[in-house]
Amino acid sequence: MAGLNIANHTLPPLPYPYNALEPHISQEIMTLHHTKHHQTYVNGLNSAESAYAQTTSPKERIALQAALKFNGGGHINHSLFWKNLAPVSAGGGKIHDGPLKTALERDFGSVEEFKKALNAASAAIQGSGWGWLGYSVSAKKLEIITTPNQDPLLSHVPLIGIDMWEHAFYLQYKNVKPDYLQAIWHVINFQEAEKRYIEATGNSKL
Amino acid sequence: MFTLARPLVTKAFSRGLAWKLPGVGIATIYTLPELPYAYNALEPYISEEIMKLHHQKHHQTYVNGLNTAKEKYEKSTDVREQISLQAAIKFNGGGHINHSLFWKNLAPAGSTNKPTGALKEAIDRDFGSLDALKKSMNERTAAIQGSGWGWLGYNKDLKKLEIVTTANQDPLLSHVPIIGIDIWEHAFYLQYKNVKPDYLNAIWSVINFEEAGQRYEAATK
Repeated sequence: MAGLNIANHTLPPLPYPYNALEPHISQEIMTLHHTKHHQTYVNGLNSAESAYAQTTSPKERIALQAALKFNGGGHINHSLFWKNLAPVSAGGGKIHDGPLKTALERDFGSVEEFKKALNAASAAIQGSGWGWLGYSVSAKKLEIITTPNQDPLLSHVPLIGIDMWEHAFYLQYKNVKPDYLQAIWHVINFQEAEKRYIEATGNSKL
Repeated sequence: MFTLARPLVTKAFSRGLAWKLPGVGIATIYTLPELPYAYNALEPYISEEIMKLHHQKHHQTYVNGLNTAKEKYEKSTDVREQISLQAAIKFNGGGHINHSLFWKNLAPAGSTNKPTGALKEAIDRDFGSLDALKKSMNERTAAIQGSGWGWLGYNKDLKKLEIVTTANQDPLLSHVPIIGIDIWEHAFYLQYKNVKPDYLNAIWSVINFEEAGQRYEAATK
């Protein structure tokens, strides 16, 4: 098993201090979200992978699929999330001219209309889940998708994810999801999103 | 003229009156049921802050959403449109049903927090003891992967009590609901943060076994 990434996943460090996204996302939320929620998914994923590796029984392996999907998805989604957020001081919230901005304008009309559409879709999730800006490789366009619970985004290349689990905003915004969805745009890392877009489209920036 | 009419309409809404819409028939307006106790009455187990938000904001939103969805549904004769409205009816209708049951199966800590009579016998028979029920229900409820509810339900076919979970705001259909526990994060997060087990241990101090007993008796009649 040496060399294979089985049951040795770790919590990635946050790329900025816990208070760096204030006042848009509070330090309290960032601390709990990263050190408790994401850590729990990492631990759960390692447990599930370890159990999976120790059995060859198809029945037992199928029984472990839910734990792998939930914890593995939670680990994937949150790892993407921390990176597609950035402090205002590090450029959070700002989008520069470039391939991503051009594609957003082409596929949504404007950046503002894109934000509006992603917010509407994310707020409408019936339960826990994530709102995504994703790139459809087959359609060659940007689309808005939602995923339930901790399901990872598989149908598209994830560019921007927004966590709509209540733990992501409740301590600060209570039931007022629209306020969270307005605030988060101040700390969305468009540079990271563009990086993902360029990789997905195989474009050279030059 | 509209400002005079509004208070009357609002009163009708709050009383949950069914009223006739010309050309459409009877439309039922769903309303937020009153909490059977003060907002701080479940302290320290469930905070006043949570009870206020949970009742006045979250449950109210399900009521509003249900009324909107049902009105559209009743106005529609197109089966495709009706099918497209099913999700909104299930989510908001389920939210209204579940929370209405929830407020009633909670009560201030005190005399109603232990089972008696037929329900007590059934719990002992089907789980071994009240403690065994609590342990099992807490484990199953904590294990929900997302939002949802943990239930003690009565299985009418097997004539026994069972623990069931439902996802999101799906209403419990397979069993008669006896006790529901809301495990959506809004139900506990402000007070218990990520520590679901603390919430699940605390809530048993405010479970209304008198209400649960009445539901059980009605189910086993």
